Amino acid sequence: MYQYDQYDQAMVDARVEEFRDQVARRMAGEITEDQFKPLRLKNGLYLQLHAYMLRVAIPYGTLNGRQMRMLGDIADKYDRGYGHFTTRQNIQYNWIKLEDAPQILADLATVEMHAIQTSGNCIRNISSDHFAGAAADEVVDPRPYAELLRQWSSFHPEFDYLPRKFKIAVIASDTDRAAMRLHDIGIQIVKNDAGEIGARFYVGGGMGRTPMIAPVIREFVPVLQMVSYAEACLRVYNRYGRRDNKYKARIKILVHEIGADEYRRQVEEEFAHILTLGLEPPAEELARIQGFFGNPGLVDGLAEGYDRSDPDFAVWVDQNTTPHKQPGYKAVVISLKPAGGIPGDATADQIRLMADLAEAYSLDELRVTHTQNIVLPHVKQSDLYALWQKLDEAGLAAANLDLIGDIIACPGLDYCSLANARSIPLAQKISARFAEPERQRDLGELKLKISGCINACGHHHAGNIGILGVDRKGTENYQLLLGGSEAADTSLAQIVGPGFSEDGIVDAIETVTEVYRAQRTEGERFLDTYRRIGMAPFKEAIYG
Amino acid sequence: MKILTGNDLGSGHVVWWDGEGWSRHVSDAVDVGDAAEAILAAEEAARRVNASYAISATKAEDGTVRPDHIKDRIRALGPTVRPDLALQPSDPQSGNWVI
Repeated sequence: MYQYDQYDQAMVDARVEEFRDQVARRMAGEITEDQFKPLRLKNGLYLQLHAYMLRVAIPYGTLNGRQMRMLGDIADKYDRGYGHFTTRQNIQYNWIKLEDAPQILADLATVEMHAIQTSGNCIRNISSDHFAGAAADEVVDPRPYAELLRQWSSFHPEFDYLPRKFKIAVIASDTDRAAMRLHDIGIQIVKNDAGEIGARFYVGGGMGRTPMIAPVIREFVPVLQMVSYAEACLRVYNRYGRRDNKYKARIKILVHEIGADEYRRQVEEEFAHILTLGLEPPAEELARIQGFFGNPGLVDGLAEGYDRSDPDFAVWVDQNTTPHKQPGYKAVVISLKPAGGIPGDATADQIRLMADLAEAYSLDELRVTHTQNIVLPHVKQSDLYALWQKLDEAGLAAANLDLIGDIIACPGLDYCSLANARSIPLAQKISARFAEPERQRDLGELKLKISGCINACGHHHAGNIGILGVDRKGTENYQLLLGGSEAADTSLAQIVGPGFSEDGIVDAIETVTEVYRAQRTEGERFLDTYRRIGMAPFKEAIYG
Repeated sequence: MKILTGNDLGSGHVVWWDGEGWSRHVSDAVDVGDAAEAILAAEEAARRVNASYAISATKAEDGTVRPDHIKDRIRALGPTVRPDLALQPSDPQSGNWVI
């Protein structure tokens, strides 16, 4: 894992003290809320429905036990004993006091964490594949490249006031586990025919009110020029992005309006200019960063296999673990989606337990997934049973990865001041309705995603089944969408028809699953069936 | 009726204008009539409240106050999915609100 050098630590420490002073001046009335708001947002502090909310960055979703334990301690010390893991690999605290915020940031800085650039019109936390460094199918570990981009984008003065927020994801395998093409910039690290490492750039994706899948802007950028190419992409956007209309200000609108070819032409022109300046990060710096992401302690020669005689364990291990590139290991997904629970929420005790388990069983590494779960990436197969028993005792052994119970849900109107409708109660009702494990497994891979407003933090556009909450004359109403995917076969879900009440949408989803069961062929996932038979049979069954 | 709400500057708590100051209980809220703008300006300037605004609400015969919009009813009670974290209301009937 990357460790701060003196520059990283000095920058973060200085920012804490700067914010401490800004908060003191706000409390003393020396600055107005209009003056203070952009300052607190740059430090991840929002004012939400019930209180201040602090969003803490977890760069490319990677953290160690010490950092995870601090997240649990903060939940206890400054919040109400829990945290909420988000779809951008961050954690949010919902009950923060303004006067506590600087000390929370100071506590975070002691474990090399911060909340910088988790809000505002700047480059946000760089997200990545949650199996990075463990995945059998990756070309390389994408995290050193994500870290290089993190360093480049942190406090980048030219990109501190972009037309709108800007999100970058970096992956290094053909299996997209980061919704990469639904980001402002998606970078896939690839290897060319000559065996050289480079970056494929997708630009102009996103969800929100105008969902778009990012087109390829360049197939291969030599890896040491990746930062300069990103700079060129941002510079063209910064120059021509719509600052006159918030709803048309994301880069996806620019790329769509001028066309991918014209955008590419301008980026290439800018890129050629940047290359003449010799600003690329030196190869030594990339090598230094890569040095932090070497073998975390994986040992050779371990046997494949484990005792599967406990049937409950066997179900969990089949559903919630994935192959590891190193023989004798598995990557384990801890589901934060118990039946009837709140997706992404974890208590302080659960957070600390996961920290302990990472240290005991996963070479001191954890990952936060964009699906609001936690990964222990490097678990010996011989430790799986002991790990499962401890997770089970703590209510963290739901065996539902990628099943209908593994729901993404934004905080919705229960917490968010932007929301139009509640998301969490729906997730609870749906996961309770489909709580029977055999029923979930029979339905197979089925990704259900719920957003409480058009901003789409719950990724409803990318749901095999998506739900969008709207406000219809002061009443919550829910639109049903089908056919989305955030994976390598990215597609945008389509609205089925008129919306539903809270209970009505749960019934409609059950109808959708019945149509799938009736129509599927051997081995066909829900998404495959939908793509084969189209919307009509589902619509007919729901609306008659 | 027209009532005023906002968040306490320091704690972030949801608060309601009770005619003299800010209460955490919506049923303490008073009808401000046409005085909303003047009160909000003075209170924001005094740094007692943040992000304040006026909303419509309905007062029942028993005197309880119910915001007209669901968002403000949730603000008044707390997250509907965490009743353990909800503010214990001064209005004993508010738990029966249909959110």
